[in-house]
Amino acid sequence: MWLWFAKLGSPRWFYELSDKWLPWLYLSMLIMMSIGLFWALLIVPEDYQQGQTIRIMYIHVPVASISLACFPLMAVAGTITLVWKMKLADMVAQSVAPIGAWFTGLALATGAIWGDQIWGTWWAWDARLTSLLIQFFLFIGVIALRSAIDSTDAAAKACAVLAIVGAINVPIIKYSVDWWNTLHQPASNFSMDPVSPNPPEVWVPLLVMICAVYIFFAIALILRTRNEILQRERRSQWVIDLVAREKNV
Amino acid sequence: MFAFQFSSLSEFLQMGGVYTFHIWAVYLLFAVFIGYNLLQPKMVRRHFLREQKRRAARDEELASKTNTQK
Repeated sequence: MWLWFAKLGSPRWFYELSDKWLPWLYLSMLIMMSIGLFWALLIVPEDYQQGQTIRIMYIHVPVASISLACFPLMAVAGTITLVWKMKLADMVAQSVAPIGAWFTGLALATGAIWGDQIWGTWWAWDARLTSLLIQFFLFIGVIALRSAIDSTDAAAKACAVLAIVGAINVPIIKYSVDWWNTLHQPASNFSMDPVSPNPPEVWVPLLVMICAVYIFFAIALILRTRNEILQRERRSQWVIDLVAREKNV
Repeated sequence: MFAFQFSSLSEFLQMGGVYTFHIWAVYLLFAVFIGYNLLQPKMVRRHFLREQKRRAARDEELASKTNTQK
């Protein structure tokens, strides 16, 4: 177990392992995304209230829910950086910040477009929307903080602390719809009953899309982490050999 | 349960007619998001490899020059 943990902390080991994972991740993303998009755009029936705009849900909900996973991931990576000084954890923390900003930004944008149709307004200072906007600014803050500090080690510590403190916002976003009376609706329950308001024909494709977007998130994170590994390890022999082996760049 | 909701391509592109722009704008943003986050790391990687190859070539050149001077 500890050997495995120590190995996982080795950037080179992660780089070589991810070489083997990536083709499978691409393949599974392609399959899941094709099924999910096909189902969401063509098969899902019109909603009795929203009509065709129900199809926005199949983008908005997966993106928004995964945007909430980014910050805890960054906080966990930050904790590992602070406690065990694992280099790889900081590289992951650095790579997840821009991806988290993209996810949160897209959740806000698609939410605004949906809101214009369903609520009649692009934006409201509602608890869910505002707390998600704060998460977007926190991601921007983490990115700015890192670029403002020259020393890699000092930047790693500062960003780890900000990530851990900022993670308090995540349960606030998650439960804002239950704690306060918001314009944003609370989470719907999945139901196996075909005549319920949320039958399987609506949520099964949503589940497929959530899986597809999760796989996409993993790919985007791995790609950025690999670049960070190469950049930081560029003086070590294995990266020099790797650069020499690469043809046609 | 598994029935196509649209009978023609134009009907599909219209998405019911009222909120055509909203629905397609969301899917377009999603496509941009996926495309950017897959291509950007590839560009960074290519830039890094080019830069390192250039450096390695320059170092080699420098090394050979100092050798001939000896």
